[in-house]
Formats: sequence, structure tokens, C-alpha cells
Amino acid sequence: MSVKTIAGVVVNVTEDGYMENMTQWNKEIAKEIASEVGIELTDKHFEVINYLREKTIAKEALTIRSVGKSGIVDIKQLYALFPKGPLKFSSKIAGIPKPSSCI
Amino acid sequence: METKEKKPLEKVCIICAKGNLEDVYASLVMANGAVMEGIETNVFFTFFGLDGITKKTMNNLHTATTGNPAMRMPGGLPFPTMLGGLPGVESAVSSMMRKQMGALDMPPVDEFLEMITAGGGTIYACKLAVDMFKLTKNDLFEEVKDIITIGEFYELCDGDRTQIIFT
Repeated sequence: MSVKTIAGVVVNVTEDGYMENMTQWNKEIAKEIASEVGIELTDKHFEVINYLREKTIAKEALTIRSVGKSGIVDIKQLYALFPKGPLKFSSKIAGIPKPSSCI
Repeated sequence: METKEKKPLEKVCIICAKGNLEDVYASLVMANGAVMEGIETNVFFTFFGLDGITKKTMNNLHTATTGNPAMRMPGGLPFPTMLGGLPGVESAVSSMMRKQMGALDMPPVDEFLEMITAGGGTIYACKLAVDMFKLTKNDLFEEVKDIITIGEFYELCDGDRTQIIFT
């Protein structure tokens, strides 16, 4: 565990850079993490991010398949929004734990 | 002092040569996992593995109930080989397996292949095996990009951070 200042807020992050406490998250933090992985966030990104956060609070396991069936984006669009890390980068930006699913 | 620079994988080329439910899924899970990690992914289906991309068979793959020492009854008791040979048993066990996989959000084979290609992965069929089983491109799932020779497959495997995985 380490401490990092993101968008002016001191947050606890894991070695991989995932936030440890999702309640510390805000949109500015999301934007800064996103820019670190080369993504500029749009409203569509935030729709996905909010979905991931809701499901995490509801303790539901996340897979790209479930996001693809969420009605927000299909899997192809999810990859387009978060290239090379549809679940990994989106989770990191959403301030939720590293995905534990294999699918 | 020795410094260790990380050299992440850039490309995987996965060969699926068997048509059992678990063998095809092993290839699909590894391929999809690679795509999700941003790794360039090629999957090459050959021999009985072609069942995994043949429209007629792909969503009805079986797991072997005979000659499979790891097969257990629900509850963990060994699965008698004699029982595994009875008509309908392999079908029933396989459909049960598919149901359990579905519960873990593992998609059916066709959807899994679509997930892989949606993320930029590419699916190929082996020319020799396609000829041997007298199949044509039309028999194969739409997401199969091409029927290629083993030589062409190796050409796809270039790059010094590429791994070939044979499942």
C-alpha cells in the first residue's frame, strides 16, 4: 500500500495503482488516472465508470461480458473506450479494486 | 547491481488442437484474457479443435466421460468408467458442465469468439485440417478470419515478445 496525490487529493493506492478506498474517488481523480493511461474521458466513459462503481457497491463480480450486456456499451465499444484494458483501465479509473475475474 | 526490466508480452499465438469442451475453453479463456490485457492475439484452430469454430458443433461440445480420470460425480466420488460409456451420459454431463460454466459468466463458444474478435483478436482455421475434414469456409463461424497454412501461422508469430501456446 502506498499514498499518492491524485488531482490534489491524497489517496491510498495499491502497488498497481488501484485505489484502495473507492469513497475517496471523484471525477477529477478519474480524469487524472485516465490521462496516465492515455485516455480522455467523455460522458460515455463516465456512464461505464458509474455502472462499474454501482456493481462494485452491490458486490457483483464484473466481467467484460456483463458490461457488454449492461445496455450502456457493447464489448466492441468498451474496447474502443478503454483500449488495451477494457476492464483493467476502466476499473482503475473508476477507483474500484483490480478486477478479480478472468473473463 | 542487477536491474530487472519488465518485458511484457506483446503477442500470443494460441493453438487449439482438441475438440473437448475443456480444451476449447482453455484456448478461449487464454485468448480472451490476452486480448483484455492488450496483448495482440491470434488463435489457430486445427484438427479436432476445428469443432470449436464449426457452426454445427461449436455450441454443443462435449467433455469425455470415459478415459478421463479427473471426472467426478457431483459430490466428489469417482465417476465409474462403465457409467461414462452408457448412451446419453456424456451428453448429460457435458450439458451440466456448460450450465456450470454459464453460472460463472462463461459465455457459449460463439459469443466467446465474438468477444475475442471484438477486442481485436483474430481467429484462424488450419488449412490442412479443414481439407482433411472436408470443411469449407461456409461451415466455419463468421468470426473466423481465414483458413491458413502452418507456414502462414508462423509468419503471424513474429516479434521477440511473442509466445506460442499449445493447449
